[in-house]
Amino acid sequence: MMKVRVQFVLAAVAASVAFGQAASADPSADNGQAEFVKHGCWQCHGFQGQGSVASSGGRVIANTQLPFEAFKAYVRNPSGAMPPFHAEMISDSALADIYAYLESRPKPQPAKDIPLLNGLSSK
Amino acid sequence: MSKKDSAPKFDRRKFLAAAAVAGAGSAVKPAQAAPTATEPPPRVPSALPPNERVASAETDVPNIPPYSTEHARPGSDFMVDVIKSLDIKYSPSNPASSYRAFHESLIDYGKNAMPEFLTCTHEEVGVGIAHGYYKIANKPLMTTCHGTVGLMHATMNIYNAFCDHAPVLVFAGNDMDAAYRPPGVPTIHSAQDINAIVRDYTKWDDTPVSAQHFAQSVVRAYQIMTTPPCAPVVISLDDGLATEPIKDYGQALYIPKFVPAAPPAGEQGAVREAARLLANAEHPVIVADRAVNTQKGMNLLVQLAELLQAPLVRQRARLNFPTTHPLGRPAAVIAQADVILGLELTDYWDTVNKFTDNNHEGIGSFGTRVKPGTKLISISAQSLLTKSNYQEFERFQSVDVPITGDVEATLPALIEALKAAIPDSRKDAMTKRGEAIKEAHAKAREATKQLAAIAWDASPISTARLCMELYGQIKDLDWSMVPSSGNVSGWPTRLWPMDKAYQFTGTSGGYGVGWGAPASVGGALANRDEGRFSVSIQSDGDLMYAPGALWTAARHKIPLLAVMHNNRGYHQEVMHIQRLANFRDRNPNVGNDLAPIGTSIMNPDIEYHKLAESMGWWAKGPIKDPADLGPALKEAVAVVKSGQPALLNVWTQPR
Repeated sequence: MMKVRVQFVLAAVAASVAFGQAASADPSADNGQAEFVKHGCWQCHGFQGQGSVASSGGRVIANTQLPFEAFKAYVRNPSGAMPPFHAEMISDSALADIYAYLESRPKPQPAKDIPLLNGLSSK
Repeated sequence: MSKKDSAPKFDRRKFLAAAAVAGAGSAVKPAQAAPTATEPPPRVPSALPPNERVASAETDVPNIPPYSTEHARPGSDFMVDVIKSLDIKYSPSNPASSYRAFHESLIDYGKNAMPEFLTCTHEEVGVGIAHGYYKIANKPLMTTCHGTVGLMHATMNIYNAFCDHAPVLVFAGNDMDAAYRPPGVPTIHSAQDINAIVRDYTKWDDTPVSAQHFAQSVVRAYQIMTTPPCAPVVISLDDGLATEPIKDYGQALYIPKFVPAAPPAGEQGAVREAARLLANAEHPVIVADRAVNTQKGMNLLVQLAELLQAPLVRQRARLNFPTTHPLGRPAAVIAQADVILGLELTDYWDTVNKFTDNNHEGIGSFGTRVKPGTKLISISAQSLLTKSNYQEFERFQSVDVPITGDVEATLPALIEALKAAIPDSRKDAMTKRGEAIKEAHAKAREATKQLAAIAWDASPISTARLCMELYGQIKDLDWSMVPSSGNVSGWPTRLWPMDKAYQFTGTSGGYGVGWGAPASVGGALANRDEGRFSVSIQSDGDLMYAPGALWTAARHKIPLLAVMHNNRGYHQEVMHIQRLANFRDRNPNVGNDLAPIGTSIMNPDIEYHKLAESMGWWAKGPIKDPADLGPALKEAVAVVKSGQPALLNVWTQPR
């Protein structure tokens, strides 16, 4: 089973302590994948978190640069078209697993290394 | 069939026609008297007799045999001659007793050519094929529907064509004479005003009651529907009239000559004011939607954007602008605009405002996309196609310079006015503006390519990979992406180089599902006649509304490569139910599926490749591994090049 240690930035840790909502100490990317599907995240973000201009405003959440606490805060109270996922629907622990899943997504190859993309003109 | 010749001997039409001719003759005589020196000059009549050209246009009979009652030929033969005068190539239709006389004349008297009858399995398919054909060929087709029930079947795609400003000549088989029509089903399928079914979303309709009336109505209908704003028209086709021998009421029948009407162009003063605003703007933005239908129109848009060195935002109803052009920019640039030129926008309000479906208890919120003081210009023919009931005209947006007119017809005047309005002092700044836009375009293109690389090896296959594998196989052909339905995050228009109007023809107009499959067959039909390679991205939900369109393609040897975007659900509804559940703080019930109950198309999975095979297509699938996609596409392309339709059933990511 793949385990991914979620790296919190210092500020995020402080925030989580302050709000008394520490996430799972050992999030599971495999469990996160199941939670990602179960809670319908795939519907707008794609099964790999690749996103779409048609359903996620083009935002990519695979390998997100957001720290976990910011990620969680957005999921709980999003500012754009994304509907909120409150604690009644998804636990902090499940969110941490989802975060781990997204962080475990393979980094994309550079487009220049994919012939079908590299062959396109730059215009 | 009904015998109507037992009607009273007094012929009201003949009497009225004779009276009208006598009246017209006496009205003309005074103008022929020569004035004397003492008499005042004759008053110029308010209406003059038609000159030779006009008279000829109205009465020329295009090489058809003369009609008289002596020939005892059926009315439907004359109807076919009327249609032949309009150069209509195909009639994709479902056969029906309500127009059996017309059908028989079409294939026997008319030799099944111009138009050729294409057998359809549903009236909605017939209209969809005609709509898709128009979007590629810029020429309308006709379709004939079976009485009340057939016209009801056709309605959704008539509405799509209406919203898309696309002409389709619709005939509604009907049997109007209650005294003589057969009882039972034919009477159930008749109506006193059959056109009422679609009157709210057709541009014009008529119910001709004589052969001559039919000729006038059909030629008039053709002229009305092909004059911008274009839209479907419907003619009630009386089976009694079609079945009975032709009656000429004492005057030789004639077929009015069709003469295309000049499209409406914007008023010169308003065009000059638009040019003045654009020429003096710091950040003008052009937004184009149902703007241009032809290559000539697209070239005019390029000329306009280059003259102004302004970004052009392509909306989805047409290609409008080459995807390769460096002045093409995404909708985000609207936020920086100080002047916006909207070209036949389906929804001007939503172009400059936004609605977010995510407020308290699911009630959305509204906001603006533009800076305060931004000037808005519109060129649109929408106000010339006003109906009230259906809301396709969208939310009202107040515009500073609203110009009523067809975009293609108005662009030459706008370009000339702009040339005159741009001060020399602004030219350097405009050049710099253009350079900045081009730089941003190039950066965005590289970023888009990198976005396409994400989840490149995923299974189900990413929509970016789907589109790029497809492009890799067709890029060296003269290809055309025919009207289709797959929502693949716009990858083709974001990444494929497109500079020909027929390479992408845009959306259905009304977003009625069940349009994509027939419209793609119609587009492929138009391309077949031009020797082009047709490809569609076919969504699963859409195909199941009207799968019979596949059979029509195979039956009539219409080559088309349909690549399925099979995300196994009505995905827009998947997301809607999730959204509503979120607003209510509960997880939606998915049952045994992946998505909320009622929105998945799985358990069992539909084997679209077998469905297509059963209707005469070459097909393969389901393809789930992206590594298998390229080789399968290569096979399919070879099949299509040989003249057959081919379908690949590909399991894909949702969007």
